[in-house]
Amino acid sequence: MARELWKGNNAIAEAAVRAGCAAYFGYPITPQTELLEYMSARMPQLGRAFVQAESELAAINMVYGAACTGTRVMSSSSSPGVSLMMEGVSYIAGTEIPAVLVDVMRGGPGLGNIAPAQSDYNQIVHGGGHGDYNLIVLAPSSVQESVDLTVLAFDLAEKYRSICVVLLDGSIGQMMEPAEMPPFQPLRTEYPDWAVTGAKDRERRFLSSIYLDPPQEEAANLRMLRRWQEVQANEIRYKTYYMDDAKFAVIGFGSSGRVALSAVRAARAEGIPVGLLRPITLNPFPEKVVEDLAKQVEGILVVEMNSGQMLEDIRRIAKGAAPVEFFARLGGIMPLPDEILDEIHRLAKGPLTLEGHPRDRWLARMGTLN
Amino acid sequence: MDTQEEVIVYARPDSLTKTNTHYCPGCTHGVAHHLIAEVIDEMGLRDRTIGVASVGCSVFAYNYMNFDFVQAPHGRAPAMATGVKRVFPDKVVLTYQGDGDLASIGMAEIVHAAARGENISVFFLNNANYGMTGGQMAPTTLPGQKTTSSPNGRDVETQGYPIRASELLATLDGASYVVRRSLHDPKNIRLAKKAIRTAFEVQLRGLGFSMVELLSTCPTNWEMTPQNSLKWLEEHMIPYYPLGDYKVNPAVAEIKG
Repeated sequence: MARELWKGNNAIAEAAVRAGCAAYFGYPITPQTELLEYMSARMPQLGRAFVQAESELAAINMVYGAACTGTRVMSSSSSPGVSLMMEGVSYIAGTEIPAVLVDVMRGGPGLGNIAPAQSDYNQIVHGGGHGDYNLIVLAPSSVQESVDLTVLAFDLAEKYRSICVVLLDGSIGQMMEPAEMPPFQPLRTEYPDWAVTGAKDRERRFLSSIYLDPPQEEAANLRMLRRWQEVQANEIRYKTYYMDDAKFAVIGFGSSGRVALSAVRAARAEGIPVGLLRPITLNPFPEKVVEDLAKQVEGILVVEMNSGQMLEDIRRIAKGAAPVEFFARLGGIMPLPDEILDEIHRLAKGPLTLEGHPRDRWLARMGTLN
Repeated sequence: MDTQEEVIVYARPDSLTKTNTHYCPGCTHGVAHHLIAEVIDEMGLRDRTIGVASVGCSVFAYNYMNFDFVQAPHGRAPAMATGVKRVFPDKVVLTYQGDGDLASIGMAEIVHAAARGENISVFFLNNANYGMTGGQMAPTTLPGQKTTSSPNGRDVETQGYPIRASELLATLDGASYVVRRSLHDPKNIRLAKKAIRTAFEVQLRGLGFSMVELLSTCPTNWEMTPQNSLKWLEEHMIPYYPLGDYKVNPAVAEIKG
């Protein structure tokens, strides 16, 4: 199929349709709303289910119900809406059924604003809902990658009976880029052997996240954990750029990684041996790659559009093998390539230290900025 | 002695499992389960019915009803049922919810499911308190009624007034059949069963949202004998929650007639 100009949110919606999404439930919230609007026209056109729910809370519970039938189902929202969904996310995870959730992040906390941010990394990657569970988290950095990862999200959700989140910031949802759509997959006509479809010619089934007997809950927790180990073993995805001979590394996901790539290219043009790691799966996180990278380089710069949420993971994994520095813009502001280039200059110039916390040093530098 | 061939006149419905329930002696949940199961058997719907259990004493309804079931977060059964029904419009989807679940934490979900005219059947057990957590005040607790969280009796000045869910939902155009029945005596139990049947008929004909509210007892938390609690229901609950048909869409009236 030819490349066409697509807005990120619309592209994700069409990709989901082509991946065989049979039901969509959502609620309007900027900067995600176009996704819902697109689905409101497209799904009924194809005879598929679309409901604009009364809240994100209802939307995720509609997803929960539809997911129990074993069909492909999704919702999408943005940060405050996703907070409201956390109840359903935990229940779906606890019931061990597949669903796809798209989170187009905006500035926060609270009502925040509608500009792009990455400040829900911890909420999505490290929890958010109650109880022991893991979400598969995919972080695209372009419209094309959003399309590809949306299709992958449905496959991974099904394969591991898990929620798969496509986590992007508002800028990717809002911008237009050329993208190629995936082929049309037919809708499911057969349902998995755990699905609730009506007990015709078989024993009844029930799907629930309740295990009142603690040993049963423990067994369920262990089963989910073992399944998560499989995800960790098989599904780590990332991209590296100019890392082969790199003495310095920048690490950033989504838009931060993309903007950082421009800065890395500019630095390379100046002869600075710097490379980039862009994690694509934020959960499972490419830990081994970061561990090896920390042994390879003399310094690491973490770039995020949050106050250093992934930074803590990088520091934990790097274990002091290389000094780590940090740069971020917050509140819905995107870092500029020149700002990151300045940080790469600082990194290359040194001296670097393993003492103190990179966030504190960045915050001190921000004092002169704001 | 004459030997006569035994004729079964009454048996456990296929739509009920052989499990003993955890309900307290005298609680009317068992009656409600039985009625729903009988109707599903009689209408031949067991193999195409999907139930949505809620949070409350009936959280384990799926253990007792012998057909496919899912279990919703507190209050979200109508949203979950919406998800199931929209994927499977040809299945019969029911929710089974208590008054804390439906009229408090799940008020938004039930109102909007009704407003959308979701083609589901809701069975709403109203026993005027939170049973599972040990008898706290519910949105349906009567003025002056003592509960563990209104120990001096519900004071409407500070704790507000009870919600009449059937009357409220009946105002919505999407609701086709909304009635209140009671489970306090055989006559009313028979009327309740008829209403349950009508609710399923409404769904089968695609006529939209149906709800049967069933006034119920909670002898343990009311601290009454089962018999006294039936009497209390009749004397105190029915005056506040009058039995009757609150919404019968003309198309529904036709099937009833």
